[in-house]
Amino acid sequence: MKLAYYPGCTLKTKAANLERGALASLDALGIDYQEMPRWNCCGAVFSLADDDLIHHVAPVRDLIRAQGLGADAVVTLCSQCYNTLARANLLMRSDEEKRNTVNAFMDEEEDYRGELEVLHYLAVLRDRVGWDTLRAKVSKPLDGLKVAPFYGCTLVRPTEVSVDGPHPELFEQFLRALGAEPVAWAGATECCGSYQSLAHPEASADRAAQVLASAHRAGADAVALSCPLCEFNLGTRQAEILAGHEGSSAVPTFYFSQLLAVALGLEPELYRLDLSGAGAGQLLESRNLIATVAP
Amino acid sequence: MASVASPLHAESVARIRKIGELSGENIYTCMQCGTCSSVCPMVNSMKITTRQGIHLLQFGRVAEVMQAAIGEFCASCHTCVVRCPRGIDVPRVYEAVRLLTLRQNEDFITLSEIPRETLEQAPQIAFVSAFRKLTA
Repeated sequence: MKLAYYPGCTLKTKAANLERGALASLDALGIDYQEMPRWNCCGAVFSLADDDLIHHVAPVRDLIRAQGLGADAVVTLCSQCYNTLARANLLMRSDEEKRNTVNAFMDEEEDYRGELEVLHYLAVLRDRVGWDTLRAKVSKPLDGLKVAPFYGCTLVRPTEVSVDGPHPELFEQFLRALGAEPVAWAGATECCGSYQSLAHPEASADRAAQVLASAHRAGADAVALSCPLCEFNLGTRQAEILAGHEGSSAVPTFYFSQLLAVALGLEPELYRLDLSGAGAGQLLESRNLIATVAP
Repeated sequence: MASVASPLHAESVARIRKIGELSGENIYTCMQCGTCSSVCPMVNSMKITTRQGIHLLQFGRVAEVMQAAIGEFCASCHTCVVRCPRGIDVPRVYEAVRLLTLRQNEDFITLSEIPRETLEQAPQIAFVSAFRKLTA
């Protein structure tokens, strides 16, 4: 069972704090994987129009490259990449007419029929590591840390590509394995505002404010997420959101992989807290999970 | 027997047919329960609700729906899809409506109008997805 890792366009730069700890954790957990040496942007969103097949070419090309490495599954960290690749994979598996058109267009590549499995990192932890094994490897349990798991949209919708069916518990199971206390809250599968933060920043901020307020009301110390766009809308823009929405409260945001790396006791520079909001490092410091916050 | 003229303009008929082709959805199965609008995170920014938009489409009033900013504000969160009791893929319907505008070379977002701070801070996937969804 060979696993190919697809990074995607944001993970090497603005979301290095999503990637670094995640890859180091795979090594620490003894999961063998190969990072794809060549890949292109997946397109970030799945085209919904029936006549728009050209936008499926990018994700399918990535899947073909992963298959070329001899992999039988491709793993992603970014929720948008996961959704786009998983839906393109499903399309190539299930729609013969569109599959034939896309394959005919890409005449230099091998034909692709959806043979790969597209996996999100959290599902790899569940299925290839197992929660008991993960729990046994945790050296710094996140005791007493109340974390609101934020699936957002693209990990769970549409249902056919959900990481854990129509009623997901994957994120909660993951947090429990780290010793944290997952918070039950209404915002777990809400929309953060997504790409509308570029076109309609106010509407997007209203949305994000509701999600953050929901986490705060549920007593969360932090929100854990898996998508660089969610991190931008809920984390990077948080000061602006708090200033514009009376009664809202600050809630630090983390990538799930940062919490994983912390719990596994990996080197602090792998957390890349310099790319996260100030509150993230302070929270970990106050719980004695890191020694000092980098200046 | 005198023939009865269709109340719809030929252009509306063509557009309704196009929406059906692009989306693959049958809007006439909508029973107007409004669930899609009640779960829509962006409905407050739209000029009419997603339910009202489908209702207008059922009557062929496509131009009004194109002007109602539904496709423009939809964030493709797919919450309405998983809730629709009639199984209508609502985002596909509004993707089709949005494409009717975009394919006339009218964009919903302009790069030069995005604040510099956002350009520096926003992740790459924000730009890729916004420009994929909101430009021709």
